Amino acid sequence: MAEMAIKKKRPKNLDLPTIRLPLPGILSIIHRISGAGLFLLLPFLLWLFQSSLTSSETFASVRGVVAHPLVKIVLLGLIWFYMHHFCAGIRYLLLDLHKGIELEAARLSSKVVFAVSIALTLIVGAKVLW
Amino acid sequence: MVNRILVGAHYGLKDWLIQRATAIIMAVYTVIFLVVVGAVGPDSFEAWRAIFANGFMKFATFLFFVSVFYHAWIGVRDIWMDYVKPDGLRLLMMIATATVLVGYAGWAVQILWRM
Repeated sequence: MAEMAIKKKRPKNLDLPTIRLPLPGILSIIHRISGAGLFLLLPFLLWLFQSSLTSSETFASVRGVVAHPLVKIVLLGLIWFYMHHFCAGIRYLLLDLHKGIELEAARLSSKVVFAVSIALTLIVGAKVLW
Repeated sequence: MVNRILVGAHYGLKDWLIQRATAIIMAVYTVIFLVVVGAVGPDSFEAWRAIFANGFMKFATFLFFVSVFYHAWIGVRDIWMDYVKPDGLRLLMMIATATVLVGYAGWAVQILWRM
């Protein structure tokens, strides 16, 4: 019943391959993908955290796991997911406060999010993984 | 008069607010965590463990975890609402998500207080 009242005919263009997403749109979809990715890997991260705190033996085994190149790439990806979600999230909080909602400002701030999150990923990744 | 039927009375303001409140808690914790780890530079099990044995960090880390799980609930629920159209399947995904997140919260408590 509610649906009948709300639904109106609206034009729809969801032909994904023909849509050219502007940078703020790319930021937005990566915000969602990174959130989903972090959620899916929560058990892995909790397990790493638990092992790192249980005993010096399990701490050493975490170091062994993290030393594996494949794990390093996954963790670097997760750090980037976290940093992107973090920076894009702060941008959204500012947009909520009506800061930077004009087109030019919004485009600029999305560039800043990419630059800062990638820089933070490289710094933290270099510190923790290498 | 606005032409719509008001059913349910849930327009998501509470979730919208909690998503943002938990985001701020997580952002503040992230900065605290990076500063503490940067300052301590834990290079051994004992030094790493000492960070979370500290009462303040244990409390802050617990708050962070609770925020992560509640924030994840709202975000993942939104993803199911956007992409999973069959009602039964969507409900199943939501229940599964809520269930694992409550489980993770118990796990996080166990990690922090049994170490």
